[in-house]
Amino acid sequence: MTLSIPTILAIIGMAIVTYATRIGGLFFADKLQFKGKAKAKAAFDEIPAAVLVSVIAPVVLTTGPAETIAALITILAARRLPLIAIVIVGVIAVVVLRLFMS
Amino acid sequence: MSATVCAGAAQFAAIEIWGQPVPVVAIVLSTLLVNLRNLLMSASLAPKTAAFTTLQRLLGFYVLSDENWALSERRVRAKPLTSAYFLTMGGVLYTNWVFWTTLGAFAGAFLGDPRRLGADFAFTALFIGLIAGFWRGRSTASAVAASAIASAIAFVTLGAPWHVLIGTLAGIAAVYATAPEEAA
Repeated sequence: MTLSIPTILAIIGMAIVTYATRIGGLFFADKLQFKGKAKAKAAFDEIPAAVLVSVIAPVVLTTGPAETIAALITILAARRLPLIAIVIVGVIAVVVLRLFMS
Repeated sequence: MSATVCAGAAQFAAIEIWGQPVPVVAIVLSTLLVNLRNLLMSASLAPKTAAFTTLQRLLGFYVLSDENWALSERRVRAKPLTSAYFLTMGGVLYTNWVFWTTLGAFAGAFLGDPRRLGADFAFTALFIGLIAGFWRGRSTASAVAASAIASAIAFVTLGAPWHVLIGTLAGIAAVYATAPEEAA
């Protein structure tokens, strides 16, 4: 990547839209009211899980058997281990499985 | 790029489509799509940071990311979110991101393929751990199932970065459709 005008423009554009999404929620959240709207409240509460799953689903489901099985092992680990241990289990699992499967 | 944008997934996506001449519009649009989820994350944190000053919010949310947002959401399950906690975490995240990506830019050529070390999967494993921390039974299960399927399909058919937005919306819709009308 060389530093040219389009490169700088692209990076500035990326910075602007990213910051806009980061603070945007602050403004429309004030207008959200969940009183008596149990369904909307439930949906709002599950946004975290929905976002995180959507980011990793392609790796877990469409990359190959090594990644899918490693993800299953990681899910099992996630049922009882702390966060750091979960990551270590997942990384070791994927390295070992890739040795056998690719 | 790391210093001004500070958004991992969006930066990876941008590098994927980077070329000569630089496709400025495509890069900025892809960044917007990947980061649309920030809107939902900042909205969900808004009521929890109501006690912050405006400056604290504008600074803290500048480095809002999946990780520190998820840890904040976990924190509020136990105790209120303080500005000290949020801003310190943001500062650590930002410093680390800029430092290690800069180092990576210089060292990348010597390391070879990061897949060999499983480093690419650490991100996935971390997210699985974070999702487990959010687990609250049936409603989470429907969000996870719908988002996973919709995201995978969108990824295969439309390609990145659409899977993030489509998967998220499918998960939200599934929870809305299956949640009970009252109580909770």
